[in-house]
Amino acid sequence: MNAPNKSGWKPEMTADGETIGGPPTHTGNRALMLDEALIFEIGDRNTTGVDLPQPDLAAPNRLGGLERKADIGLPGLSEPETVRHYTRLSRQNYAIDLGLFPLGSCTMKHNPRLNEKVARLPGFADLHPMAPTSTTQGALGVIYELAEWLKTLTGMPAVAMSPKAGAHGELCGILAIRAALEARGDARKVVLCPESAHGTNPATAAFAGYEVEDIPATPEGRVDLAALEARLGPDIAAVMITNPNTCGLFERDFRKIADAVHAAGALVYCDGANFNAIVGRVRPGDLGVDAMHINLHKTFSTPHGGGGPGSGPVVFSEALAPFAPLPFVEKTADGYELVEEETAGEHHARSFGRMTAFHGQMGMFTRALTYMLSHGADGLKQVSEDAVLNANYILRSLEDVLFAPYADSGPCMHEALFGDKGFAEGMSTLDLAKGLIDEGFHPMTMYFPLVVHGAMLVEPTETESKAALDQFIGAMRSVASRAIAGDESLKTAPHYAPMRRLDETLAARKPVLAWADPGIV
Amino acid sequence: MSRYFTEEHEWIDVEGDTATVGITDYAQEQLGDIVFVELPDVGTVVEQGGDAAVVESVKAASDVYAPISGEVTEANGALEDDPALVNTSPEEDGWFFKLTISDKSELEGLMNEKTYAVFVEGL
Repeated sequence: MNAPNKSGWKPEMTADGETIGGPPTHTGNRALMLDEALIFEIGDRNTTGVDLPQPDLAAPNRLGGLERKADIGLPGLSEPETVRHYTRLSRQNYAIDLGLFPLGSCTMKHNPRLNEKVARLPGFADLHPMAPTSTTQGALGVIYELAEWLKTLTGMPAVAMSPKAGAHGELCGILAIRAALEARGDARKVVLCPESAHGTNPATAAFAGYEVEDIPATPEGRVDLAALEARLGPDIAAVMITNPNTCGLFERDFRKIADAVHAAGALVYCDGANFNAIVGRVRPGDLGVDAMHINLHKTFSTPHGGGGPGSGPVVFSEALAPFAPLPFVEKTADGYELVEEETAGEHHARSFGRMTAFHGQMGMFTRALTYMLSHGADGLKQVSEDAVLNANYILRSLEDVLFAPYADSGPCMHEALFGDKGFAEGMSTLDLAKGLIDEGFHPMTMYFPLVVHGAMLVEPTETESKAALDQFIGAMRSVASRAIAGDESLKTAPHYAPMRRLDETLAARKPVLAWADPGIV
Repeated sequence: MSRYFTEEHEWIDVEGDTATVGITDYAQEQLGDIVFVELPDVGTVVEQGGDAAVVESVKAASDVYAPISGEVTEANGALEDDPALVNTSPEEDGWFFKLTISDKSELEGLMNEKTYAVFVEGL
């Protein structure tokens, strides 16, 4: 259980765990780990990486006198200087390709390289969205096949592929719900969200013009069915529920919730951000869901977290399918056809409109379909099983040192939730997270969900080995016991990161958002 | 002048028909360092229990609810420049907004200082 973090650069420490051994270097650098200045600080006005011809400023232009005349102050760097700058910065970054990334609710899993290979095939990568469909049959086929997989995996009859990410998918789903209610002349005003909802849920509902009300949770961390039923009525448009929820628990009453919501004339939106935990095991369509977004960048391993764009297709029930946005791909006897405004008239007249100009995130579609085909149906089932197994291993390996508020609510799903109860006076979740950085791990999600004080939400994902989990558990146990013991050195962690603890409050209160040339007053 | 408290950790000072609203010391303690406060515009009509302001800390953003219904007459501009006032003086200089009370009977459901202290103790 006390496995060290074997990877990572090991600074030499003195007994007080504070100083780095060896004499100070002339440059201040540590071996081959290089500190890096801002690009404006290393660039100058006499260097350039591009050999541009002198512009003919005397020639007439059509800018009507609006052309810029003063120096715009961009830093000048040669090409190798530019490459080195960004490469040095990238070495200070932490990424899923470097180690475990336990951010709860984010599903930071490995992105298979096969996905990358397929996405880079020129027939997919170099297509223009307005190319004639006779020349893009393969790409349209990918969109169609992926849509079919998503419908099968969710047990839902329709899907909109165009939404660009999770929150965009939520908006798509809620707009379809609004369109369906308006179509039956039913102006309902309120959307209900559980207390533990992703912040994007109430934001989406508010953006779509609804009032948002909370649904309370039971002590075991699930939606309070009785409280929900008591609130249902003719003013409720929809209920937005995440399943599994953000406490890492499966909503066992989901079918009853959906039945009650439908009986009250409202619709059920499911936040599918945590679909990774149930893919291949549970079909949301069987639970009574009317709309659910699927984060391809979480469940189906298209990169995210600064590594790539998201993609959030939305599946729809029979009740909402007629209102789904354009465009979509249909399979006909002559091949694949893109259904857009010009062609939708006859059989998709009630679509609420468009979410995007074009078809969606093509680069994510190729990656997600590659992931599905390479795993197969059995492999996808194992994905969710392993994700749940790994999270439970974390939960049960840490519950004796960290307060686990829902440890008695049964097994967790894909993520394990802890709180700061039991920490010494003055010690916080933030301190534990900073200590974890010293141990060479990216911290977990902190202070979310809000229903748990000092929440720590750990999602290991299925792609971590037992050895990697043991290393993480060892580090967590060590840092947690320091927080419980009131180890003051934790208050000033991280001690070994390139930057020590930053003043987050000052950064938020008085942010410096633009570089200013110190020579220009 | 009498002071009342809500279960959502707002305090309200009532003087005649006007009231001053802020968040309690317990609330600021729970939120941690406050970095931003969004106040209602003067003239906004708020309903008891409805959203009135937003307070953002390094941890989270939270809604501040109107303890009673009324029309906002003044917002504490000092919080825009120095949101930390909510941390240093939550129940005095860090007040959020003032309003004219539309229905005094709504005050009956609120807690006084003693019952609020007991309420916080139980959390």
